[in-house]
Amino acid sequence: MLPWRSLAALALAVALAACLQSPPGRPALKAEKDRKAAPHFTLKDATGAAVDLADYQGKVVLLNFWATWCGPCKIEIPWFIDFQQRYKDRDFAVIGVSMDDDGWQSVKPYVAEHKINYRIVIGTEEISQQYGGVEALPTTFILDREGRIASRHVGLVSKSDYQNEIVHLLDAPKQTAGVMPGALVALSGAR
Amino acid sequence: MSVQLRAGYHVNSNMPADAYLIPLKLTWAAGPLQATEIVYPKAQMEKYSFSPDPLSVFSGQFDILSKFKVSSTATPGPTAITGKLRYQACTDRMCFPPKNVDVALQVDIVR
Repeated sequence: MLPWRSLAALALAVALAACLQSPPGRPALKAEKDRKAAPHFTLKDATGAAVDLADYQGKVVLLNFWATWCGPCKIEIPWFIDFQQRYKDRDFAVIGVSMDDDGWQSVKPYVAEHKINYRIVIGTEEISQQYGGVEALPTTFILDREGRIASRHVGLVSKSDYQNEIVHLLDAPKQTAGVMPGALVALSGAR
Repeated sequence: MSVQLRAGYHVNSNMPADAYLIPLKLTWAAGPLQATEIVYPKAQMEKYSFSPDPLSVFSGQFDILSKFKVSSTATPGPTAITGKLRYQACTDRMCFPPKNVDVALQVDIVR
């Protein structure tokens, strides 16, 4: 039988190992080699202007699928407003993809009421499927500067989780000369 | 009509406080029977981590009562009436798109 001091040391070692495996605040981002290109889309915002994901090449993008009827989504929206304001000058942007069936009829007043400062588009079933079948809301993707999906969150997560991931991606060294993979897919598909 | 939700899920009641929320609604198609009243259970006011205010919801098992009037032109005999139950479900972390479920009721009209 192990003496109590050995047991205590073993318990401490297990606790330390657990801490090393998941240090607090570490972003849950995919390794770069595991990141896939975010599917390309072009959708119109409330003003009728095109929101083309290819235009976000070189930016970190938070892509949030949401709806006005989704309670947990409403908690996140003020966070995203804050991120958009705080990081917009650091090549960061939020895009909200509303999955409301009645489209702008519900979304326009909601955007005005909540003073949403980032671009909103109305999603389609096709876009939902391209992003792996967005079944539950909120579902949020964080894209790295190369237009790859660095993380996917289904359901409500904490503001600090998002913030850690965004800051980590913004602080990552920029890759030289590159074309957004999603844009390449779209161009080759158009031929 | 008896409704059973999975543990951990809720649907908005027939009268959610927030205008953006989608209410539970049972409707019956026109036919030999005409729905005169739909009686929903008393809503539960539940607090969730995502909402500062309690929400008016149904969860667990609950019953919706429908009252009908037989049309004077209805033909006696067995028949079915159809309807739709519209609902939108959530957990305390996520929500699911609104659904319309077809419902049917077998009835026997007698004079």
